[in-house]
Amino acid sequence: MTAPPRSLFDKVWDAHVVTTRPDGQALLAIDRHFLHEGSFHAFGMIDHAGRKVRRPELTFTVADHYVPSHARSQPIADPEIANMVTLLDANAARHGLRHFGLHDPAQGIVHVLAPEQGLTLPGLTIVCGDSHTSTHGAFGALAFGIGATEVSHVLATQTLWQRRPKTMRVTIDGTLGPHVTAKDLILAVIAAIGADGAAGHVIEYAGSAIRGLSMEGRLTVCNMAIEAGARAGMIAPDDTTFAFVEGRPFAPKGALFDRAVAHWRGLPSEPGAVFDREVTLDAAAIAPTVTWGTSPETAVPVTAAVPDPGAEADPGRAGQMRKMLDYMGLAPGTPLEDVPIDRVFIGSCTNARLEDLRAAAAVLRGRRAVVPGLVVPGSVPVRRQAEAEGLDRVFADAGLEWGEPGCSMCVGINGDLVPPGQRCASTTNRNFPGRQGPNARTHLMSPAMAAAAAVTGRITDVRKLGGR
Amino acid sequence: MEPFVTLTAVAVPLDIANIDTDQLLPARFLKKPRSAGYGNFLFHDERKPGFPLDDPAYAGARVLVADRNFGCGSSREGAVYALVDGGFRCVVAPSFGDIFAANAAKNGLLTITLPDDAVAALRRRLQRTPGATVTVDLPAQTLTDPDGAVLPFAIDPFKKDGLIAGLDDVALTLQQQDAIDAFDRADAEARHWLVPAGP
Ligand code: SF4
Repeated sequence: MTAPPRSLFDKVWDAHVVTTRPDGQALLAIDRHFLHEGSFHAFGMIDHAGRKVRRPELTFTVADHYVPSHARSQPIADPEIANMVTLLDANAARHGLRHFGLHDPAQGIVHVLAPEQGLTLPGLTIVCGDSHTSTHGAFGALAFGIGATEVSHVLATQTLWQRRPKTMRVTIDGTLGPHVTAKDLILAVIAAIGADGAAGHVIEYAGSAIRGLSMEGRLTVCNMAIEAGARAGMIAPDDTTFAFVEGRPFAPKGALFDRAVAHWRGLPSEPGAVFDREVTLDAAAIAPTVTWGTSPETAVPVTAAVPDPGAEADPGRAGQMRKMLDYMGLAPGTPLEDVPIDRVFIGSCTNARLEDLRAAAAVLRGRRAVVPGLVVPGSVPVRRQAEAEGLDRVFADAGLEWGEPGCSMCVGINGDLVPPGQRCASTTNRNFPGRQGPNARTHLMSPAMAAAAAVTGRITDVRKLGGR
Repeated sequence: MEPFVTLTAVAVPLDIANIDTDQLLPARFLKKPRSAGYGNFLFHDERKPGFPLDDPAYAGARVLVADRNFGCGSSREGAVYALVDGGFRCVVAPSFGDIFAANAAKNGLLTITLPDDAVAALRRRLQRTPGATVTVDLPAQTLTDPDGAVLPFAIDPFKKDGLIAGLDDVALTLQQQDAIDAFDRADAEARHWLVPAGP
């Protein structure tokens, strides 16, 4: 009897099971552990218990959430914020960890930095105390977010107790239309399956539209797997993946790289591999997409109007819609393209890589923004390259601010907040109430769409404006 | 962490889907030490007139009956600290964010998943008589509503054992030390590229 065909997920999972308990819980070996400033609770827990970091050589710390977007040569003014950055420096130093601190030449958002540095590789298990760890699945890694107690467990043991999740394959075939990007694709997926549609599942994204994406686009798609409730998102590694990895600072080199690639070529799902759920979408049917509510599942084509709760049959659902419209300050039936915006934010681990900045610059080149905006590259290398290409000039000429790398206005904890009641066209991943600041209103969209909104001062179908 | 066995307490209904961890604990409180009293930050920006958690009729509530996708979003364990420090021991909902549910179990907060209509009916029942109590029996895996109707629930046995014992997982894992060492040795042979060389 031959073994049943296995999926990418099956292969990565099976290769990392140290032991399984009779109740089905598996102890998984962890290959990469990333930590950011928010991990101070976890360091406190191992320190309190007198435990050491078991595999410091697999553990990396990154300052991203609290770092300032401006004036980095100055001390951080807010003592509590400054403390978060220096506390991580101290924890990393005490445990002997490779630390990408505020002034490191590779510094950036952890989910941008790790792929860029070659720390993220196919077939690895990767965890971080951050829900968007799913991003790294773009390489065919099993990558997921964990909480502080689990972070402390990984620090102490380099393993994690997990129950084998269910699997879902999302197949997107066909070709994306002009100005339709990976961001529009993933927003359409979330709208189709719901904000908890993939709860308890690991998603594998498949199909010709996925294979046609660059690594940047794949990272965007896997980044938002968590916004559909998924434990992780994965994409089979292929030549696009290997070409991206080759030559990166921490990636295997020479003969070791060749051996790794030979191994990685065996990772993709085999024909006939069975998934607990299958979802299919047609890439050609996806329009530039924006959200109208306070959940990423409220994504609709930009050509649509704000939906009417009165037309919703389910009273519970209608009530939820009214609450969201009230928070967002929107009237049912308003065409989305008539919604004025107050500011734009281009950045975050979803959309702050070079391809994203180029797409935004293509729309902004030779144009002026009519609202204030902030562009924050995902890492120092992205920032340097963007400057080498003159993208920073394009943003400055358009009237937008050019920031230093970090999470910035995605979550606002470094002080970059959307003022209360203001409406922000944002390339981030969460439009939750208060996410970008108390009473801030967030519309999620692609970098090109955010750039178009900056130019017109309202939500705009970038296809009508076009790039330059 | 405090072991969880049985609990009889006031349950407060919250008719909002997709309550994310940013709402449970706004991001600006994430830099606070646990000693700052996370209970004070619970739902900090949602505390508007009419918010059920501020309704004196539900005073002393230790059970939260929520709607689908509770605890979605950010992995911040502080959201669980805020609930626990705010007095809650149990959340009932049709579905939970996976990371939130894992964090909850590590901190003695029981998450009970029940079908949508059962949770909706329970919320309506609690709204009819604010301050009514429910009973949770974890070993028996049952929730008893204010009318005495018994709702059985499923729970991962690993999670259940951990909640009842109130134990630290690291101690359990360290019993597997030999297996972990053996795994690491074999893996180092199979994947020579595992440990990054560095630039
Ligand atoms: S950019 Fe936003 S979503 Fe990404 S890690 Fe930072 S705060 Fe989280």
